[in-house]
Amino acid sequence: MSVKIEYHKFDVVVFGAGGAGLNAAQVASQYCSTAVISEVYPTRSHTISAQGGISAALGNLEEDHWHWHMFDTVKGSDYLADQDACEYMTKLAPQYIIELEHIGVPFSRTPEGKIAQRPFGGHTAEFGKRPVKRACYAADRTGHVMLQTLYEKAVAQKTQFFSEFYVLELLVNDGAVNGLLCWDIQNGGFHIFHAKAVVFASGGCCRIFKTNSNAHINTGDGLAVAMRKGFSWSDAEFIQFHPTGIYLAGNLITEGVRGEGGILLNANGERFMEKYAPTIKDLAPRDIVSRSMVKEVLAGRGVGPKKDHVLLKIDHIGAEAIMEKLPGIHELALVFAGVDCTKEPIPVMPTAHYQNGGIPTNYKTHVIKGFGSNPEETVPGFFAAGEIASASVHGANRLGTNSLLDLVVFGRTAGEEAAKYANSISFVPLAENAGQEGVELLQKFLNSNGENTFGPVYEELRTVMETNVGVFRTEELMTEAKEKLQVIKTKMDNFRVNDKSSIYNLELIEALELNNMILVSQALTECALLRKESRGGHAREDYPERDDANFLKHSEVTLDKDGNIVVGYRPVRMKPLTVEPFPVKPRVY
Amino acid sequence: MSKFVTFEIFRYDPEKDKEPYYQTYKVEIRRPGMLMLEGLNQIKWEQDTTLAFRRSCREGVCGSDGINVNGVNMLSCMTKIEDLGSDHLVIQPLPGMPVMRDLVTDVDDFFEKFITVKPYLIRKSPAPDKEFYQSPEDRKKLDGLYECILCGCCSSSCPSYWADKKYLGPNAFLRAYRYLIDSRDEGAEERLPILNDKNGVWRCHTIYNCVEACPKELNPTKAIVGIRQMLLERQY
Ligand SMILES: Cc1cc2nc3c(=O)[nH]c(=O)nc-3n(C[C@H](O)[C@H](O)[C@H](O)COP(=O)(O)OP(=O)(O)OC[C@H]3O[C@@H](n4cnc5c(N)ncnc54)[C@H](O)[C@@H]3O)c2cc1C
Ligand code: SF4
Ligand code: SF4
Ligand code: FES
Repeated sequence: MSVKIEYHKFDVVVFGAGGAGLNAAQVASQYCSTAVISEVYPTRSHTISAQGGISAALGNLEEDHWHWHMFDTVKGSDYLADQDACEYMTKLAPQYIIELEHIGVPFSRTPEGKIAQRPFGGHTAEFGKRPVKRACYAADRTGHVMLQTLYEKAVAQKTQFFSEFYVLELLVNDGAVNGLLCWDIQNGGFHIFHAKAVVFASGGCCRIFKTNSNAHINTGDGLAVAMRKGFSWSDAEFIQFHPTGIYLAGNLITEGVRGEGGILLNANGERFMEKYAPTIKDLAPRDIVSRSMVKEVLAGRGVGPKKDHVLLKIDHIGAEAIMEKLPGIHELALVFAGVDCTKEPIPVMPTAHYQNGGIPTNYKTHVIKGFGSNPEETVPGFFAAGEIASASVHGANRLGTNSLLDLVVFGRTAGEEAAKYANSISFVPLAENAGQEGVELLQKFLNSNGENTFGPVYEELRTVMETNVGVFRTEELMTEAKEKLQVIKTKMDNFRVNDKSSIYNLELIEALELNNMILVSQALTECALLRKESRGGHAREDYPERDDANFLKHSEVTLDKDGNIVVGYRPVRMKPLTVEPFPVKPRVY
Repeated sequence: MSKFVTFEIFRYDPEKDKEPYYQTYKVEIRRPGMLMLEGLNQIKWEQDTTLAFRRSCREGVCGSDGINVNGVNMLSCMTKIEDLGSDHLVIQPLPGMPVMRDLVTDVDDFFEKFITVKPYLIRKSPAPDKEFYQSPEDRKKLDGLYECILCGCCSSSCPSYWADKKYLGPNAFLRAYRYLIDSRDEGAEERLPILNDKNGVWRCHTIYNCVEACPKELNPTKAIVGIRQMLLERQY
């Protein structure tokens, strides 16, 4: 290749500096040389936005047990989660939360000085009997304190950071993953990070929807980069629509608001969740609450001139409690809804929030090859954790607070496993043309002089995804989406990047992200079309029932050698590590 | 307020511009409460794709998008255009930091200074099996400190920070104090000498620019006063 590439060598390279990536890195750094690549400075990763809490059966305020937590996680997932991974995560949760506290996370406290806990959707005592206080929190800034503390820990641990580096390609040789090709956003130029082990921790993809709670950078890059090498995205059709996005803006109002006593009201002032989930009401899991809200609106009981949203009322817990426990929410409601929530209810509607599926792994975070391979066959040198990964503990619907826990448990495991693996092997040499695909991709866009630019194409993409592949789905809508996405894709062949600079070329990065988002949207839509049932976050009007006989299985989508989207399936791991499996049951709350 | 607001934006691409210049755009106000970041995205996505700026969370928590508008530091994602009370906005990168390109500044020095003060829990004695117990009163001491989003608006507004390249700056002091008064921390002896250095807290002239600049309404000078008191008590 004629282009200049700078080479680096590390035992472990971590792709992403959110909670999962930083935790993996601070652990791996204790054993071997470790680098973290991130398109933003670590503390600007999306984890910073997480609000309400992180779950662990500490039992600080009332009796709790990890087995109850495991049950809630399995049931919350609509039985699509792998039960070995669920046991692993919920059992380790208390110990790892204590560890977080020991490295400095400033959790809110109980009167006795223990870590404070609050109720959250779908978390119950005694296998579904009543809500339980399981979510550990620092006011409504739980992600903020976790991310900053993990960053500080990694700094203390002398982890090496490559911030504002953009990952273009995953490097593979002889079936083993052995590095990343990146673009230096600040100065321009290509860099190859040659590694013994690569950890994917690049976060989610919900920017593909018009209304979403995500940061600008959550464009599913990791998914696209993996699929281009034939690795799979598991359970792509399961997007979580969080019930309480701020009306029109999409920014999140944490479920912690309902945990602290907030309730949802329709235009008649009725607390409608009493009807849909008689036992735990407003604290039902997110998929159920979101669908209930949409049903209320469709039945004409929506609020406002357009009758198109509902209200979240919290003022009754008192201004003082709000300012102490939910200060961030108060600020967000003021800026994005113009509402003072100590006095008035917040207008809300579901917002695309979380990618439930991801790159499939076993419970030890080793990436599973996926499509076309034996169900549990792993890829040498390839690890994944966090929102990009699927162990799977979220299945068809994640419970609130289980994502931050996923970052802590699986992030840590990925760091340990990757370091152990790296210390046991020597470098797999780079393939002859390592990085060529990524270099060509970037150059194609940097040199492009066609007609279409980011703004209009992105607008089209996210509108299609929102309208046609949203909370309620049908064959007809999604078939239309598939056709529209094909047209949108061809626009990338006639694209134009006006900015030719190599210094902080944001237009170039947005073009590459858009290119990834289109692939991600197509893969998601394909899986959603093929899953002819309703389960968790995937609700089909034309197939309203769950169909365990045909669909109690993980989907796996990827690109074949010719660049076509292909979909396969893999069984769910129903057997936990030590306890009895939770049998599949109808899901009522 | 008129339906259009003028954005006069600092532009500089070291690869092609000999020196910085200002470029003017008309931004359409499309809804009440429209934010500065929406204005910047409108320019980027509809008028001039080459504009470079930082943003990530778009809700005031990641600290990416500190900018200077009509002389005041702020976050673009949390500032309503209508609140600025002018239909001519001069937009610049955060002052006192080297410009990389357009509204993007070089923040490496800012982060290095933050790291200099050992911003992590330092323990000498072993940790208990359980969490460290911390009373709600002790936890409350961290309020007004731990919420910092590392946006740099404070340090960038500080005359001492501009004048002296080595001065640690209000953000670093705020973080140092966040750990110094954490009941779980045992690192005062390691941290205080760094803060007592000639580039430390004594160089602050308590002009309060930093307090005014902080978009999270934090008060770095309170931290500075607190650190000075600790230093005096220990007679460094
Ligand atoms: C508003 C909000 C509130 C939430 N609240 C909660 C909560 O209370 N409890 C809970 O459990 N969960 C919560 N979540 C979910 C949770 O915050 C996320 O799922 C989680 O933080 C994801 O972390 P991560 O480490 O996997 O990825 P992220 O934090 O998203 O980090 C991804 C990293 O990858 C990097 N990256 C991505 N693409 C590239 C590329 N091409 N090149 C280089 N680097 C790249 C980014 O720079 C970043 O460093 C919330 C989410 C939102 C949106
Ligand atoms: S009070 Fe001190 S730190 Fe703050 S701006 Fe003034 S000199 Fe700088
Ligand atoms: S103290 Fe305030 S202004 Fe300074 S970095 Fe922190 S949040 Fe920003
Ligand atoms: S974009 Fe994160 S603080 Fe403004």
